[in-house]
Amino acid sequence: MTTTEREPEAVSPPTSSGDKIFAGLSKGAGLTILAALAAVFVFLAVEGVPGVNQEATTYAPLDAFFPYVARLLYGTVFAAIIALIIAVPFALGIALFISHYAPRAIATPMAFVIDLLAAVPSVVFGLWGARTLAGSLAPALGWLEDNLGFLPFFQGPASVTGRTVLTAGLVLAIMILPIITAICREIFKQTPRLHEEAALALGATRWEMIRYAVFPYARSGIVSAVMLGLGRALGETMAVAMVLSATPVFTLNMISNTNPATIASNIASSFAEATPAKLSALIATGLVLFAFTFAVNFAARAVVARSERKFAR
Amino acid sequence: MSTTQAPPTQRASLPLSAPRLPSWGPALVAVVAFAASGLLAMLLGWGIVPFAALTAVLFVVALPVWSAVVEGRRGAVDRLTTSLVWTSFVLAVVPLVWLMWTVVSNGLPAINAQFLTFDMRNVIGDDQGGIYHAIIGTLLITLAAAVISVPIGIFCAIYLVEYGKGTRLARWITFLVDVMTGIPSIVAGLFALALFVLIFGPQIRLGFGGSVALSLLMIPVVVRSTEEMLRLVPDDLREASYALGVPKWRTITKVVLPTSLGGIITGVMLAVARVIGETAPLLVIAGRTDSVNFNLFSERMTTLPVYIYYSFTQPGTVPFDAPPGTEAPGIERAWGAALVLIVIVMALNLIARLLGRIFAVKKG
Repeated sequence: MTTTEREPEAVSPPTSSGDKIFAGLSKGAGLTILAALAAVFVFLAVEGVPGVNQEATTYAPLDAFFPYVARLLYGTVFAAIIALIIAVPFALGIALFISHYAPRAIATPMAFVIDLLAAVPSVVFGLWGARTLAGSLAPALGWLEDNLGFLPFFQGPASVTGRTVLTAGLVLAIMILPIITAICREIFKQTPRLHEEAALALGATRWEMIRYAVFPYARSGIVSAVMLGLGRALGETMAVAMVLSATPVFTLNMISNTNPATIASNIASSFAEATPAKLSALIATGLVLFAFTFAVNFAARAVVARSERKFAR
Repeated sequence: MSTTQAPPTQRASLPLSAPRLPSWGPALVAVVAFAASGLLAMLLGWGIVPFAALTAVLFVVALPVWSAVVEGRRGAVDRLTTSLVWTSFVLAVVPLVWLMWTVVSNGLPAINAQFLTFDMRNVIGDDQGGIYHAIIGTLLITLAAAVISVPIGIFCAIYLVEYGKGTRLARWITFLVDVMTGIPSIVAGLFALALFVLIFGPQIRLGFGGSVALSLLMIPVVVRSTEEMLRLVPDDLREASYALGVPKWRTITKVVLPTSLGGIITGVMLAVARVIGETAPLLVIAGRTDSVNFNLFSERMTTLPVYIYYSFTQPGTVPFDAPPGTEAPGIERAWGAALVLIVIVMALNLIARLLGRIFAVKKG
């Protein structure tokens, strides 16, 4: 009886000596990737760790590494959070538009246009943000200072050039919009058709159907999409470096001329004139950035992986 | 006869459909909002931006209010979200169109035959300079990055799909490749810098370092897209090949890879398009020069993005006899180079998608 039963995995292909080489090559490629990731940590650590303990002048305008990197990290997170606050509602709206609202004739080209937005190089975003967007935003910044100046975010005095952390955050928001939209769109589309039709058959309006059938299904996907967008915004260099002339400071003020620098933009803008001591300090801040974005991405991917397992069952 | 005497209360208590706005309702509200804010804008002399904003706000407020009166709360919420979703769609198109328009209108005047075929050596003030050296640098560095990352990426994808399926190592590689897609580009540049500084000393700058940094960013993209394409190849094909006695590696090279070739090429081109616009890593490791350099392994190399960045940050001075309002010469060059870069990236994207559509794996 049992002899006639076959395991489904019993289909094993013929092998030859060429196979061993090929399998070895492909496994080697996989291991190379792991090694490269480890190498990033190791080399940044080797070059960066001496940067923690340099002369005080290296960290001008501050005098030690930790206050220096703390302010930069603050600026990084601050700009990224501004970007997220602007981008996430729009990304959700556009993803819903493509997956559930738009007529098919608009949805497909729209998805393509959003993908094109992702392809625009960051340096072009930076150029546009600094030369065009900043100037157009300057009156709006003045308006914010006049009308919302009681909030710490809009204390002013408003910058006349418009090159503020709010502008940089807006450019970052436009840059991370495509990735959040793309992931959310895919997840919204995967909602089981039967759930949606059941909701509609019970008399739900389209919004109620989305609220009670699509969102619960997509919740973890949305969270991870937002975190991936956050990771992108944290590491973005050129847009911030070109829009801002920034210093490492703690400030909540988003519209003045004193702007918090981000780790990445600080590296890009002070790299060219760096002494070896300053260089190792910059590499050390790069290591901090790497560890931080790695943690954010790791968490985001872990959330996705867990939800994939949940739905695979 | 008897129907006229049916009690009307019964009919009223059993409505079969709730009252709805007419199908032309949203269009009417849109027209009214447009007209009202247009009138206000003309009277107060507003620009286009406040006018558009007011139109949107009026529409988003008025339609749900009308709906709340006629259809009740649930209908109103539905109308509100629908109009918000449509508004976000319209707003998302604005930056793209604006950006494209700015780049094209500012960049076109800068572009001519000399701009594309001259470098910046000995260019002073507003002399005609060019981006030839930057184009060469971009092409060479990106090509070298592709040469490094395409084999590694494709072999890694083969391992994930064909050999390591389901093993712990494959799961870890998949996971870490996903995490790797999020490495900030400047960190990749610093990694290459740290690597080459350790080997060659602190003053080292070379184009190949840029390739190493870019391949770190490119490999995960290649792995993910290739993996996806290999998974699309039906198992029937593999099993038919095994049944003929073909060893596994011959099956992969002769059956699996050719079947998914179109998709793999698309993925590689999209990966190239992604890294060709990278600035930060090249700024750090490839440095900047005004001359043409064909040697990846010695001396500095300028690429288009780095050229744009330096033209922007060090634009030179406006000639004293220029009419007021003239931009510094570097700014015009930056826009011209940005236009060239965008054209390259968009062309790569479009060709890649076209190839992907032509060679798509046929299912079933």
